[in-house]
Amino acid sequence: MSAHTKGSGGDGLKWVGRSIRRLEDPALVQGRGRFTADLPAAHWVRFVRSPNAAGKIRGITAPDGAVVITAADIAGVKKITPMLHKFNYKPVGQPILAEGEVRFVGEAVAAVVAATEEDAEDFADLVEIDIEDAPALVDGRAAIADGAPQLHAGVPGNVIVKGEFKTPGFDDVWTGAAKIIRCEARSNRQNATPMEARAAHAAYDSATGRITLHCTTQMPHLVRTAIADCLGIPESDLRVIAPDVGGGFGQKMSLCPEYVLIAWLARHLQSSVAWTEDRRENLIASFHSRDQYITLEGAFDANAKLLALRANVLANTGAYSCFPTSCGMEPLMAMAEMPGPYDVQQYECLARAVVTNTCTMGAYRGVSRPSITFTLERLMDKAAKAFAIDPLDIRRKNLITQFPYKSAIGLEYDEASYRETMETAVEAINVPAFRARQQLARDKGEYLGIGFATFSERTGYGSPAFAARGMAITPGWETVHISVDPSGFVEARIGSSPHGQGLRTTLAQIIAEEIGVPPQTIKVVHGDTDTAPYGWGTFASRSLVISGGATLIAARKVRAKLLKIAGHMLEAAETDIVLEDGKAKVAGTDREVTVAAMAREAYTQTHRFKGEIEPGLTESGTYDPPGTFSNACHVAIVRLDVETGHVKVERYLVAEDAGRIINPMIADGQVHGGVAQGIGNALLEEIIYDESGAILTANLADFMPPTAHEIPPIELHHMETPSTQSITRAKGLGEGGTIGPPAAIVNAINDALTPFNVEIDTIPATPQRIRALLRNATNSARPRAGGDPGATT
Amino acid sequence: MTDKTAITLTINGKDHKISVEPRRTLADAIREDCGQTGTHIGCEHGVCGACTVIVDDAPVRSCLMFAVQAEGKTIRTVEGLADGDKLHPMQQAFMDNHGLQCGFCTPGFLMLAVGVLEREPDISDEALIDVLSSNLCRCTGYQNIIKSVRAAAREMRKA
Amino acid sequence: MKPAPFIRHVPRTLDEALATLAEVAGEDGRILAGGQSLVPIMAFRLAKPAHLVDINEVAGLDKLADDGKFLTIGARVRHAAFHEPVTANPLGRLLTYVARHIAHYPIRMRGTFCGSLAHADPSSEWCLTAATLDAVMVAKSVKGTREIRADGFFDGIMSTHLKEGELLAEVRLPLLPPDGKFGFYEFSRRAGDFAMSAALATYRLDGGKMTDVRVGLGGAEASPRRIPEAEAELNGKAPGDAAFRAAGEAASAAIEPLEDHQTDAEYRRDLVKVVVRRALEHSLI
Repeated sequence: MSAHTKGSGGDGLKWVGRSIRRLEDPALVQGRGRFTADLPAAHWVRFVRSPNAAGKIRGITAPDGAVVITAADIAGVKKITPMLHKFNYKPVGQPILAEGEVRFVGEAVAAVVAATEEDAEDFADLVEIDIEDAPALVDGRAAIADGAPQLHAGVPGNVIVKGEFKTPGFDDVWTGAAKIIRCEARSNRQNATPMEARAAHAAYDSATGRITLHCTTQMPHLVRTAIADCLGIPESDLRVIAPDVGGGFGQKMSLCPEYVLIAWLARHLQSSVAWTEDRRENLIASFHSRDQYITLEGAFDANAKLLALRANVLANTGAYSCFPTSCGMEPLMAMAEMPGPYDVQQYECLARAVVTNTCTMGAYRGVSRPSITFTLERLMDKAAKAFAIDPLDIRRKNLITQFPYKSAIGLEYDEASYRETMETAVEAINVPAFRARQQLARDKGEYLGIGFATFSERTGYGSPAFAARGMAITPGWETVHISVDPSGFVEARIGSSPHGQGLRTTLAQIIAEEIGVPPQTIKVVHGDTDTAPYGWGTFASRSLVISGGATLIAARKVRAKLLKIAGHMLEAAETDIVLEDGKAKVAGTDREVTVAAMAREAYTQTHRFKGEIEPGLTESGTYDPPGTFSNACHVAIVRLDVETGHVKVERYLVAEDAGRIINPMIADGQVHGGVAQGIGNALLEEIIYDESGAILTANLADFMPPTAHEIPPIELHHMETPSTQSITRAKGLGEGGTIGPPAAIVNAINDALTPFNVEIDTIPATPQRIRALLRNATNSARPRAGGDPGATT
Repeated sequence: MTDKTAITLTINGKDHKISVEPRRTLADAIREDCGQTGTHIGCEHGVCGACTVIVDDAPVRSCLMFAVQAEGKTIRTVEGLADGDKLHPMQQAFMDNHGLQCGFCTPGFLMLAVGVLEREPDISDEALIDVLSSNLCRCTGYQNIIKSVRAAAREMRKA
Repeated sequence: MKPAPFIRHVPRTLDEALATLAEVAGEDGRILAGGQSLVPIMAFRLAKPAHLVDINEVAGLDKLADDGKFLTIGARVRHAAFHEPVTANPLGRLLTYVARHIAHYPIRMRGTFCGSLAHADPSSEWCLTAATLDAVMVAKSVKGTREIRADGFFDGIMSTHLKEGELLAEVRLPLLPPDGKFGFYEFSRRAGDFAMSAALATYRLDGGKMTDVRVGLGGAEASPRRIPEAEAELNGKAPGDAAFRAAGEAASAAIEPLEDHQTDAEYRRDLVKVVVRRALEHSLI
């Protein structure tokens, strides 16, 4: 099947494919959203955090009158200890409060409880922590250097995960290659920076002894499972609610030790306890992301066909290992997906995670893919240069075009449109016109550049993909319960837990399509472990595929049952009945019955069904798909101010294919937001530690998410290759926007730098870094006024 | 802790008699003491703009004012934007143009945009980008916020 | 990130304000004006003043007047007051142009001109303006009034020569000559961020040659100041690329650059070269 089409949204579908307004919005635009920090509490908590990156705790002195909890007070609480059963994983436990020693600046050492946040902070300021300062390991490469101090007793050499892979024929192909091209790429550390920082509120019910924990999380059920494990209590004694969640981007998919303590405190105090993280804490002590060194080499034949790839991935994963994915997430995803959209059957990879005295790594939108795509796409541009061919031509020679495709490491790629999206982007951006403009600009001493990024985005993968990583917990499937209640209204309870993705709207569209009621009348309920079926949450571009698939399965069952009931009530054959406009109609007649009437019948008049139809109108669906690949081509045009090193993104274009689009407006919004974060990754955002392990970027002036000024208009082109691996035919697209920009933008910067014969392979590509290159370059390769020594493409 | 001061804050036309320490920020007082939790707190150091409210016709960061400084002033928050069931054109435009995703920064953007457009109804599109760069959004990439505010600006000029 | 406790004083008159300040200045008392710089550092608890003398209710401090020689700016005058020119003198346009670069719109609604000067952030646009134009700072205390010229006012990063108990009650900016020209340029990575370097230049043309040249530099050293080496490259020359470049080079060589994690000394010198030249180029527009 060759099924790429320009974005359709058609197919005679009534609701799927339409940009209906979001059902989430009326409350949110009126200030009626309910976020965790909105809840009042009897007690407020302030964490006392380590000012040192490493060292033994000699003593903690509490001020008079303060309630201060330390590790000694919570001795029975288990450490957070995620597990991988593969890849030489060395399990480490993260204590809820530092025990005996500290391992990063910002690690929680004590918790102060007081009546207000202000009072708690006043007391916290007076808590004295005496630490015997030890040298800090900050950089990933330093962690594996000879003689480096060892962070955890069970992790010799600080290597906590080590994945190795090599295809049998690799060496022969490698030695026979015409050219070996090498890229040493550096992705610096980031913070996902959701606008709502972390927050938790736990209330104790004295009648039942239960705790209700509201917290800002992407995975409420797993928070319940994990906290129940830590505290050694039945899960039924803990209700977790993710109310409105102010963005997550992966940062809120790992278990926070702080949440464990808040739940513990509510039980301990038999009262309500709350903690709202401040921005400084979020920047130094929540979860960080990226921070990889990747050395990637490609072996090419004389025609610039990629024959083999060799990767060395070193991920600095901070002081501990995040739960549930573990710190294997970054390096192991890099290992699995490094070859991206290119056909290459020989592959060798060494992927390691190392522990350091820095904040623990968590997920951040794209996980590893922004870094590996950046590296791979830099490699392709370098190869194009070495072969003196157009960067687009080298991609044309190497993109996967035959599907299904099995990668060297064994991933199954379903049909995608790598080549087609690239050609769409190339045509839309008008490369020849750009090259002419670029030349004119160079003549005036102005430097423009164009850069491309083609990539695949593995999305919507179920439990087998996580099992392949050896995870003790494989967050894969999703369940959805759909009820039509006796009043005739539809409610879907979903295990997934969206936070801005508009899933209430898109799932309602899927249901509406099946059972013929308007989506605006359908309630999608999520985030409360008491009411939602067990589920994993919203992350990894999975929800529309997996939760959407489960929704479709359940909705089809509801549809089948409605048809049966209608058949009974209208005395017609099911095959003659259509569901639309909230009614079942017998085609070609005026006989009809409303869904409301059928629902009422299903509960209150079941005797009429003579045992042929089960009472009630609730159905359930569970879905655990193998995974599907979205893809895209991103193009950036940048203007480089060679005197200041400043880069302005003038134009940004995305041609993407995420299979069937349920709501184009929402899909576009996901891409927009992802691209903006990717631009931040490419140019602006960096968590910087000094040598002592202190963070120099602990506020939003020093850590720089982009503003409206830094983001150009983003042009989108859609293609649709309906997925064969997803029953809704949709592929995921939550992360794709974020994956492309570092590659596209840095390629564009390097295109602009061509006359100077310098290259940058570090993100963010900051003005200081660019100027440092240019300052050295100007000695040898200063461009002639009105001329251009190095234009190649 | 220091002694509390009894003050009255006038929010969306309603008086709230509260008692706060001088250090209580206006943002905290609006949320905690007056129970108007539509105003959000994103950074507490004046960069993100989630807490933007309108005080005496000026859009300001409520995290950078103390509550005691707002006594006697007219404070408007997101809860007061709609006229009963009728949404403000800015709210409607954000819904029509998908100007929000998680909704956390939204109240701040709404109050910023309304505050500026009331002062400068004919502000240019370019100057509007400058204004909107005051606040941070992490979901939308600003594309649809800009689109929403431009659409609302046209509506507001008609009114 | 909640500020430490403090006692707030709300004087209604200048005398009352100065008397209160005299009382509390020795006990870590500070002035609260717009609060847009002070409150953030209080939120981080980098400042924990025991007393704040809130001058927002003090009558008379909102003075903003052009007396034909000086523009006098009172302690309560906010940045937004300069969104439109406050005087027909070219200084009005200069201030409007510069004001646009200060932080963001809502910050400009609250922050004050004099507060910026008293806070003395090296990157502050108003500090640069005051230094470039040789503003006169009027400091008042219960002991009397003291006038301080800009070149004797700043004392390094976030530090001034204001004495304990003194309030920066107003600043007098000399008007530009009616034919005065100005140019301003600042560099920051994001819109509204602190300038990593900024330059302001003013001059007149006399027979096609620049005269009375002032070149001020901010964000590059611990305090903003005029750069005589740059001015020397310009006085008596025709405005144009050669002179502007020479001025940039001279300024770059003359500074003791501030260093931080995003700007090492070499990069700061690079930026200074550029901002000085571009400020001068802006003067031609």
